[in-house]
Amino acid sequence: MNIHEYQAKALLRAYGVGVPEGKLATTPAEAEVAARALDCDVVVVKAQVHAGGRGKAGGIKLARSAAEAKKVASEILGMTLHSHQTGPEGKIVHKVYVEAGSDIARELYLAILLDRAAEKFALIASTEGGMEIEEVAERAPEKVLTVHVDPALGLQPFHARRIGFWLGLDPAQVKKFEVFLSGLFRLYLERDASLVEINPLVVTEQGELLALDAKLNFDDNALYRQAEIRDLRDPEEEDPREREAKEIDLAYVGLEGDIGCMVNGAGLAMATLDMIQLSGGRPANFLDAGGGADKEKVKQAFKLILRDPAVRAILVNIFGGIVRCDLIAEGVVAAASELGVKVPLVVRLQGTNAREGREILAKSGLNLTPAETLAEAAEKIVTAARAATGS
Amino acid sequence: MAILCDKNTRLLVQGLGKMGQFHAKLSLEYGTKVVGAVAPGKGGTVVDGLPIFNTVREAKLRTGANASVIFVPPPGAADAILEAADAELDLAVCITEGIPVIDMARAKAALSGTKTRLLGPNCPGVVTPDQCRIGIMPAQITRPGPVGVVSRSGTLTYEAVDQLSRLGIGQSTCVGIGGDPVIGTTFVDTLRMFEADPQTKAVVLIGEIGGSAEETAAEFVKSRMTKPVVAFIAGQNAPPGKRMGHAGAIIAGGKGRAADKIAALERAGVLVARSPANIGETLAKRCPGLAG
Repeated sequence: MNIHEYQAKALLRAYGVGVPEGKLATTPAEAEVAARALDCDVVVVKAQVHAGGRGKAGGIKLARSAAEAKKVASEILGMTLHSHQTGPEGKIVHKVYVEAGSDIARELYLAILLDRAAEKFALIASTEGGMEIEEVAERAPEKVLTVHVDPALGLQPFHARRIGFWLGLDPAQVKKFEVFLSGLFRLYLERDASLVEINPLVVTEQGELLALDAKLNFDDNALYRQAEIRDLRDPEEEDPREREAKEIDLAYVGLEGDIGCMVNGAGLAMATLDMIQLSGGRPANFLDAGGGADKEKVKQAFKLILRDPAVRAILVNIFGGIVRCDLIAEGVVAAASELGVKVPLVVRLQGTNAREGREILAKSGLNLTPAETLAEAAEKIVTAARAATGS
Repeated sequence: MAILCDKNTRLLVQGLGKMGQFHAKLSLEYGTKVVGAVAPGKGGTVVDGLPIFNTVREAKLRTGANASVIFVPPPGAADAILEAADAELDLAVCITEGIPVIDMARAKAALSGTKTRLLGPNCPGVVTPDQCRIGIMPAQITRPGPVGVVSRSGTLTYEAVDQLSRLGIGQSTCVGIGGDPVIGTTFVDTLRMFEADPQTKAVVLIGEIGGSAEETAAEFVKSRMTKPVVAFIAGQNAPPGKRMGHAGAIIAGGKGRAADKIAALERAGVLVARSPANIGETLAKRCPGLAG
């Protein structure tokens, strides 16, 4: 789960990590009041959307007076921001964060995440702040330092000293960096973050360390014990279908094709998309109905798939282990009759109670095409989708 | 011979909810020696003929168990894994999906130096055909034979096993290692066991997008394996930045792409099936004469 920059900075502040003063505004008038209250020479007005690349996209602007803050806020609020992370449709800006400007001496980079290969926490630092870290790592790997932290031991003071001196901080700044990093690390652990990224971390002319931008992602699996983080969710930032799927405990990712897919298991669901593509078709979605799929869930899944107007045909591919194919078949029959499904259906049932499931489908009198193997299912659905589009 | 479990395995069930009970029953019917269950607070009772214990230590002492299967819900799952290790079981298989990754990172670090091997979490378990079923796999699709199967995915494992069995090619052991970012037993751990197992003559490896486990496996195959390996990688058409169901299946920062994994495996001499429908046929082509 992602949160906004202004929410991330409030969290950082609570953990004793230095951030510039700032206030949230949803109208130009509020931005003017906020800029006046900050009482400084320069303020920065920043679009609050869940995407990077805001600066280049015109979503971050400087203002030298409260009146100018009002003016730039009126330009940013309501704009559709297009960056490399927003997707082609862009994101509409509903909020801006008005922040006190800083006297920047240096821009650095700092992140905390899990290194899957090492199975340890990784602290990543760079002297090249304000850039995409992947790009820096590619172009100048010597400017990126990775320090591993043993999960059983946690962060130690020497970790901070090692990174601080490597970054070229002076001894007084290294002391401050120890406090900065330990706050970040506590936040990472206590709030079940999956990524803490400070880019840039600035050293001011006065020698202070400030998080000028902050990106925090959280482990979805841990949200059950992070009520405060859960409350920071901004539904406007999420794909409505993906959000709805999450609510009914289905994993759904919208794609751009015309063949709707309902599969059990993430691996088989991905393989089904691959199979459709190999057969010359284009999948409309990834959908993992999960281990607890039953009649009701199948119905919900159908509703979700059919919400996509591009869907011309639907493939159901179930390999029952935990899942029982007879229950899936009942769901397909219920969904097809109650929802009035008009697009062609191809259904493949294998594994637990597959024979019972196929009998239920055969007796239903529904116009659907059964398939025995994965290859056959893909071939039949691609043919069906082509026929439906008349091409 | 086989790996991880066989007819001598004595299995405990940790977490006897609806799913734990259902699959304990299926495992018993398959012939697995399920010897008891752990449900704190219910020790001394009997459920479905299984004696219940309060702790794993007590259960081991009284039943001679050497393995456990964990169905405990996410908030208590890492603790259940650590309890199995504290009791010095040989194997703990964790089926639970949705364990916070920080809990798993800590548990994994704590397991090093113990004698317990963890399989999973978020995995379908392990089946040694006609001998032992631990977890949730539909064991009726397996048949005994010479091919080791190892996979990050559940249902895709069934797909691969089913294709092999339909071609008359049996399996030594089918292992689901799980789709989470931090797991107990990796591809490399499993490949090492298959390489050492006399019954296993060839290996099918099923990977997916995300992380670098397949690349690491490719390195191992190239430098250490004498037995032929065929593979399939799911998610060739997955969009970057989207989590494809499994917590670990995400293309992030340009890493974890299927194309890179396929290339790494092919460089290691692994024959990679391009279509998920051809996993069995690819193995049959690479290793003729394994059907029987």
